[in-house]
Amino acid sequence: MSSVLSLALGEGSIKLQQSCTSWRESFELAGAGLVESKRTVSTYTQEMIEAFEELGPYMVIAPGIALAHGRPSASVLETGLSLVTLSTPIEFGSQSNDPVSLVIGLAATDHDGHIDLMAALSELLMSEEKVTLLLNATKEAEVRSYLS
Amino acid sequence: MKILSVCGMGIGTSVLLKMNAEKVLEAMGIDAEVVAADITKAKREGIGADIILTTPELVVLLEGMPGKIVPIDHVFDLTEIRQKLTAALL
Repeated sequence: MSSVLSLALGEGSIKLQQSCTSWRESFELAGAGLVESKRTVSTYTQEMIEAFEELGPYMVIAPGIALAHGRPSASVLETGLSLVTLSTPIEFGSQSNDPVSLVIGLAATDHDGHIDLMAALSELLMSEEKVTLLLNATKEAEVRSYLS
Repeated sequence: MKILSVCGMGIGTSVLLKMNAEKVLEAMGIDAEVVAADITKAKREGIGADIILTTPELVVLLEGMPGKIVPIDHVFDLTEIRQKLTAALL
Protein backbone atom coordinates (compact mmCIF):
# COMPACT_ATOMS: atom_id res chain seq x y z
CA MET A 1 0.00 0.00 0.00
CA SER A 2 2.79 2.40 0.87
CA SER A 3 4.38 2.28 -2.57
CA VAL A 4 1.28 4.16 -3.66
CA LEU A 5 2.68 7.10 -1.69
CA SER A 6 6.17 6.81 -3.14
CA LEU A 7 4.73 6.85 -6.66
CA ALA A 8 2.51 9.81 -5.83
CA LEU A 9 5.53 11.78 -4.61
CA GLY A 10 7.38 12.36 -7.87
CA GLU A 11 10.90 13.68 -8.34
CA GLY A 12 11.10 17.22 -6.97
CA SER A 13 8.01 16.90 -4.80
CA ILE A 14 9.76 16.57 -1.42
CA LYS A 15 11.10 19.72 0.26
CA LEU A 16 12.51 19.35 3.76
CA GLN A 17 13.29 21.73 6.63
CA GLN A 18 12.09 24.76 4.73
CA SER A 19 11.91 28.13 6.37
CA CYS A 20 8.65 29.93 5.65
CA THR A 21 7.05 32.91 7.32
CA SER A 22 3.44 32.41 6.23
CA TRP A 23 0.92 29.78 5.17
CA ARG A 24 1.07 31.32 1.71
CA GLU A 25 4.80 30.65 1.35
CA SER A 26 4.32 27.07 2.48
CA PHE A 27 1.53 26.63 -0.10
CA GLU A 28 3.81 28.08 -2.78
CA LEU A 29 6.43 25.46 -1.89
CA ALA A 30 3.86 22.64 -1.86
CA GLY A 31 2.60 23.93 -5.22
CA ALA A 32 6.13 24.15 -6.63
CA GLY A 33 6.70 20.51 -5.60
CA LEU A 34 3.66 19.45 -7.62
CA VAL A 35 4.81 21.51 -10.62
CA GLU A 36 8.41 20.21 -10.47
CA SER A 37 7.16 16.63 -10.33
CA LYS A 38 4.98 17.38 -13.37
CA ARG A 39 1.66 16.69 -11.65
CA THR A 40 0.29 20.21 -12.08
CA VAL A 41 0.92 23.43 -13.94
CA SER A 42 1.65 26.55 -11.90
CA THR A 43 -1.93 27.84 -11.99
CA TYR A 44 -2.85 25.03 -9.58
CA THR A 45 -0.67 26.65 -6.90
CA GLN A 46 -2.78 29.79 -7.21
CA GLU A 47 -5.94 27.67 -7.04
CA MET A 48 -4.74 26.12 -3.76
CA ILE A 49 -4.04 29.58 -2.34
CA GLU A 50 -7.46 30.86 -3.44
CA ALA A 51 -9.15 27.82 -1.87
CA PHE A 52 -7.46 28.59 1.44
CA GLU A 53 -8.40 32.26 1.18
CA GLU A 54 -12.01 31.32 0.43
CA LEU A 55 -12.55 28.59 3.00
CA GLY A 56 -9.85 29.19 5.54
CA PRO A 57 -7.79 26.95 7.74
CA TYR A 58 -10.05 23.90 7.60
CA MET A 59 -7.23 22.38 5.56
CA VAL A 60 -5.28 21.95 8.79
CA ILE A 61 -6.72 18.49 9.26
CA ALA A 62 -4.79 17.25 12.28
CA PRO A 63 -2.36 18.72 14.82
CA GLY A 64 0.51 20.26 12.86
CA ILE A 65 -0.62 18.91 9.48
CA ALA A 66 -2.07 20.89 6.56
CA LEU A 67 -3.44 19.36 3.36
CA ALA A 68 -2.94 21.99 0.67
CA HIS A 69 -5.21 21.39 -2.30
CA GLY A 70 -7.58 22.86 -4.82
CA ARG A 71 -10.35 21.26 -6.83
CA PRO A 72 -9.78 18.86 -9.70
CA SER A 73 -9.18 21.23 -12.61
CA ALA A 74 -7.48 21.72 -15.95
CA SER A 75 -4.33 22.67 -14.00
CA VAL A 76 -3.94 19.10 -12.78
CA LEU A 77 -1.96 16.91 -15.19
CA GLU A 78 -1.85 13.79 -13.03
CA THR A 79 -2.88 12.88 -9.50
CA GLY A 80 0.00 13.36 -7.07
CA LEU A 81 1.35 14.63 -3.78
CA SER A 82 4.06 16.94 -2.54
CA LEU A 83 5.54 17.04 0.94
CA VAL A 84 7.00 20.08 2.70
CA THR A 85 8.38 20.12 6.23
CA LEU A 86 8.91 23.44 7.98
CA SER A 87 11.95 24.15 10.15
CA THR A 88 9.83 26.53 12.23
CA PRO A 89 6.11 25.81 12.67
CA ILE A 90 3.66 28.38 11.30
CA GLU A 91 0.29 29.60 12.57
CA PHE A 92 -2.41 28.96 9.97
CA GLY A 93 -5.32 30.24 12.06
CA SER A 94 -6.68 26.76 12.80
CA GLN A 95 -9.02 26.45 15.79
CA SER A 96 -7.43 23.31 17.16
CA ASN A 97 -4.49 22.16 15.07
CA ASP A 98 -1.97 25.02 14.91
CA PRO A 99 0.95 25.44 14.48
CA VAL A 100 1.70 23.60 11.23
CA SER A 101 4.98 21.79 10.55
CA LEU A 102 3.98 19.46 7.73
CA VAL A 103 2.28 20.57 4.52
CA ILE A 104 1.06 17.90 2.11
CA GLY A 105 0.16 19.19 -1.36
CA LEU A 106 -2.57 17.20 -3.11
CA ALA A 107 -3.67 17.33 -6.73
CA ALA A 108 -6.35 15.03 -8.10
CA THR A 109 -7.72 14.74 -11.61
CA ASP A 110 -11.20 13.84 -10.36
CA HIS A 111 -13.14 13.18 -7.16
CA ASP A 112 -12.89 9.39 -7.02
CA GLY A 113 -9.67 8.25 -8.73
CA HIS A 114 -7.34 8.75 -5.77
CA ILE A 115 -9.04 6.76 -3.02
CA ASP A 116 -6.18 4.24 -2.65
CA LEU A 117 -3.76 7.14 -2.35
CA MET A 118 -5.86 8.79 0.36
CA ALA A 119 -6.10 5.50 2.25
CA ALA A 120 -2.29 5.17 2.20
CA LEU A 121 -1.86 8.82 3.20
CA SER A 122 -4.31 8.39 6.05
CA GLU A 123 -2.46 5.34 7.31
CA LEU A 124 0.86 7.22 7.24
CA LEU A 125 -0.38 10.38 8.94
CA MET A 126 -2.34 8.43 11.54
CA SER A 127 0.97 7.20 12.92
CA GLU A 128 2.39 9.85 15.27
CA GLU A 129 5.69 7.99 15.19
CA LYS A 130 5.97 8.24 11.40
CA VAL A 131 4.91 11.89 11.39
CA THR A 132 7.68 12.65 13.91
CA LEU A 133 10.20 10.81 11.73
CA LEU A 134 9.05 12.78 8.67
CA LEU A 135 9.36 16.07 10.54
CA ASN A 136 12.91 15.28 11.65
CA ALA A 137 14.07 14.01 8.25
CA THR A 138 16.75 15.99 6.44
CA LYS A 139 17.15 13.76 3.38
CA GLU A 140 14.63 12.68 0.79
CA ALA A 141 15.84 9.06 1.01
CA GLU A 142 14.87 9.03 4.68
CA VAL A 143 11.36 10.19 3.84
CA ARG A 144 11.02 7.56 1.12
CA SER A 145 12.12 4.85 3.53
CA TYR A 146 9.25 5.79 5.87
CA LEU A 147 6.76 5.42 3.04
CA SER A 148 7.40 1.74 2.56
CA MET B 1 -28.42 5.44 7.79
CA LYS B 2 -26.83 8.00 5.51
CA ILE B 3 -23.80 10.04 6.52
CA LEU B 4 -22.31 12.85 4.50
CA SER B 5 -18.66 13.87 4.91
CA VAL B 6 -18.09 17.40 3.69
CA CYS B 7 -15.09 19.59 2.90
CA GLY B 8 -14.38 22.56 0.72
CA MET B 9 -13.02 20.83 -2.37
CA GLY B 10 -14.38 17.30 -2.05
CA ILE B 11 -11.05 15.55 -2.67
CA GLY B 12 -9.11 15.78 0.58
CA THR B 13 -10.62 16.12 4.01
CA SER B 14 -14.02 14.70 3.07
CA VAL B 15 -12.40 11.58 1.60
CA LEU B 16 -10.26 11.08 4.72
CA LEU B 17 -13.31 11.61 6.95
CA LYS B 18 -15.32 9.11 4.90
CA MET B 19 -12.64 6.41 5.15
CA ASN B 20 -12.09 6.87 8.85
CA ALA B 21 -15.82 7.10 9.63
CA GLU B 22 -16.34 3.84 7.72
CA LYS B 23 -13.66 2.16 9.85
CA VAL B 24 -15.32 3.38 13.04
CA LEU B 25 -18.85 2.45 11.92
CA GLU B 26 -17.72 -1.03 10.96
CA ALA B 27 -16.09 -1.50 14.36
CA MET B 28 -19.30 -0.28 16.01
CA GLY B 29 -21.37 -2.69 13.91
CA ILE B 30 -23.44 0.11 12.39
CA ASP B 31 -24.67 -0.20 8.85
CA ALA B 32 -24.35 3.19 7.18
CA GLU B 33 -23.59 4.67 3.80
CA VAL B 34 -20.96 7.41 3.93
CA VAL B 35 -20.77 9.79 0.98
CA ALA B 36 -17.97 12.37 0.51
CA ALA B 37 -18.85 15.71 -1.03
CA ASP B 38 -17.76 19.31 -1.39
CA ILE B 39 -19.97 22.01 0.09
CA THR B 40 -21.86 22.73 -3.14
CA LYS B 41 -22.63 19.08 -3.77
CA ALA B 42 -23.53 18.56 -0.11
CA LYS B 43 -26.09 21.35 -0.25
CA ARG B 44 -27.51 19.96 -3.48
CA GLU B 45 -27.59 16.29 -2.51
CA GLY B 46 -27.38 16.33 1.25
CA ILE B 47 -31.08 16.25 1.96
CA GLY B 48 -31.79 13.03 3.76
CA ALA B 49 -28.41 12.64 5.43
CA ASP B 50 -28.80 11.78 9.11
CA ILE B 51 -25.35 13.02 10.07
CA ILE B 52 -22.97 15.48 8.41
CA LEU B 53 -19.29 15.09 9.29
CA THR B 54 -17.06 18.07 8.60
CA THR B 55 -14.30 20.21 10.11
CA PRO B 56 -15.05 22.96 12.67
CA GLU B 57 -14.29 25.85 10.31
CA LEU B 58 -16.91 24.71 7.77
CA VAL B 59 -19.82 24.25 10.21
CA VAL B 60 -21.04 27.81 9.67
CA LEU B 61 -21.35 27.18 5.91
CA LEU B 62 -23.50 24.09 6.46
CA GLU B 63 -25.89 25.47 9.07
CA GLY B 64 -29.52 25.04 8.17
CA MET B 65 -28.96 21.73 6.40
CA PRO B 66 -31.06 18.83 7.64
CA GLY B 67 -29.12 16.30 9.70
CA LYS B 68 -26.88 16.60 12.73
CA ILE B 69 -23.67 18.47 11.98
CA VAL B 70 -20.70 16.81 13.69
CA PRO B 71 -17.39 18.73 13.52
CA ILE B 72 -14.22 16.62 13.72
CA ASP B 73 -11.04 18.40 14.87
CA HIS B 74 -8.53 15.71 13.99
CA VAL B 75 -9.51 13.60 10.97
CA PHE B 76 -7.06 10.79 11.82
CA ASP B 77 -8.27 10.39 15.40
CA LEU B 78 -10.56 7.37 15.29
CA THR B 79 -11.32 7.76 19.01
CA GLU B 80 -12.63 11.28 18.50
CA ILE B 81 -14.69 10.18 15.48
CA ARG B 82 -16.14 7.27 17.44
CA GLN B 83 -17.01 9.40 20.47
CA LYS B 84 -18.68 12.10 18.40
CA LEU B 85 -20.57 9.65 16.19
CA THR B 86 -21.77 7.77 19.27
CA ALA B 87 -23.02 11.00 20.82
CA ALA B 88 -24.75 12.01 17.58
CA LEU B 89 -26.50 8.66 17.32
CA LEU B 90 -28.07 8.86 20.80
